[in-house]
Amino acid sequence: MGQTFAQKMLAQKAGLREVEPGQIVTVRPDKLLTHDNTAAIAKIFREIGVEKVARPEISVIVLDHVVPAATEGHARNHQQIREFVREQGIASFYDVGEGICHQVLPEKGHALPGYLIVGSDSHTPTHGAFGAFAAGIGRTEAAAVMATGEIWLMVPHTFRMSVKGQLQKGVYAKDIILYIIGELGADGADYRAVEFTGPVLGEMTIASRMVLCNMVAEMGAKIGVAEPDDKTRAWLNGRSDAGFQEVFADPDASYERAIEYDVSGLVPQVAKPHTVDNVVPVTEVLGTRIDQAFIGTCTNGRLEDFRVAAQILGGGKIAPTTRLLILPASREVLLAAVVEGIITELITAGAVVLNPGCGPCLGAHQGVMAPGEVTISTANRNFKGRMGCKEAQVYLASPATVAASALAGEIVDPREFL
Amino acid sequence: MTDEFVFKGRAWVVGDDIDTDMIYHGSYLPLTDPKEMAKHALEYVPGMEDFTERVQPGDILVAGKNFGSGSSREHAVITLQYNDVAAVVAESFSRIFYRNAVNLGFPILEVPGITRELDTSDELEVDANTGRICNLTKGTEVQGTPLSGLEKEIMTAGGLFNFLKKDMQTVE
Repeated sequence: MGQTFAQKMLAQKAGLREVEPGQIVTVRPDKLLTHDNTAAIAKIFREIGVEKVARPEISVIVLDHVVPAATEGHARNHQQIREFVREQGIASFYDVGEGICHQVLPEKGHALPGYLIVGSDSHTPTHGAFGAFAAGIGRTEAAAVMATGEIWLMVPHTFRMSVKGQLQKGVYAKDIILYIIGELGADGADYRAVEFTGPVLGEMTIASRMVLCNMVAEMGAKIGVAEPDDKTRAWLNGRSDAGFQEVFADPDASYERAIEYDVSGLVPQVAKPHTVDNVVPVTEVLGTRIDQAFIGTCTNGRLEDFRVAAQILGGGKIAPTTRLLILPASREVLLAAVVEGIITELITAGAVVLNPGCGPCLGAHQGVMAPGEVTISTANRNFKGRMGCKEAQVYLASPATVAASALAGEIVDPREFL
Repeated sequence: MTDEFVFKGRAWVVGDDIDTDMIYHGSYLPLTDPKEMAKHALEYVPGMEDFTERVQPGDILVAGKNFGSGSSREHAVITLQYNDVAAVVAESFSRIFYRNAVNLGFPILEVPGITRELDTSDELEVDANTGRICNLTKGTEVQGTPLSGLEKEIMTAGGLFNFLKKDMQTVE
């Protein structure tokens, strides 16, 4: 019997010939990702009573959650992390301004095909877009990985999702994944691995594959993965000196579910407040008044996202009752958008450009909302209070839908603006 | 495991998809003192706003599907632990909450259909060893899935931290 991607990866990393779903294995990850929570993790690490990090070469630390520091408390937190980095000799440290961890890791060559990546952030599955097995973990276990270089993982069952058809103009990877989450529900893939495949995946950019893998977390999945291909290799070219071995599922692997999606008839999708699986076609929420539009985050803060935003907003002005926030996922993305002239177009249209980081997505700073306000966002979560106020509402959509809505001051169908 | 893992307490029943922002909102992430963190447990769950004033030590939280979805924050477990909630019994757990509970030594039990079987304030006896739950108020019993293997070892050690410390002492 053939093996799924998850089975092959975990068997390899555990030094076993084969593993079965449900089995618990102890593995040696290739990378450990932590962010602003590294200070709390370092504290637990010290309490374990180990002096030196077991494998400092696997540790990648990115300051992204509240950058630059919003308060003295955040600043002290960052300070403690810098001290820990120095003390432990951790080479892969990216300070304020470099970007969001899920963009910085691939850019700096830390997310490679066949890698096992664990990260103390729930959107770690993003790195599956490069053919890595990448799963979110908690703080205590991140400290344990620092202490031992190992972690326990359960071998997940796998859903194989094959995406075929022809995406219509104005419909993107974000609409596909919102549709899937709406169909399966917020726990529809709980503890499962999701393998994305099919002709639409092959045609997709790496950035779009990252959108799919990023949001598997919103249906409970442990990982999402796209098969590496020439596009993956070209994207990674020159970013790392480390060798890597691509891992593919066997053709006769056994899947818990195999689901086919034909996206030819798919229209732009929107997740309504306050759950990500509360998904409807955009046509059902047309005319919903918005106060704020937000384009960015680890889901949709990449060059292609700002390109489509500039295409829609270029030469126009956002509605006077609406604020538009632009948040590039990394310094590299921001620079490329500056060079292309996209940032000029967006600022001229009325946007506020924020520095690379997590920004308003988690409601800690930059663009926090007031009671009764409505934001349409390209982020991955719309939980009650997510953007800092429990009497506010967050809708989730693609960058095109958000950009068009910013122009109109209400939710509109982006297909009429392209 | 010993009697330590048999709990008697009152049930608090909540619904499906209780996410980590409802259990412990993101705006409180900067708090580091668990006693301060405890003041905000379940604050965003509709109808549970005064939970921290009314909860009694040993009470048992009973939830529907997908409890703890969303963020990887451990605060969601810690805030319940520091309210002396004895255990969470749910129809299903989201993956990272489940891991965090095991790694922090917080008893959890999966019992499909559990929310149909009982009401808030019912007196329960939960045996995390066997997975058996007795509803002392209604005189009914249901069977859940107890932890096993490495997960159980970590849980009984009081969490990953103590498990590792023990492990490291053996190595030394």
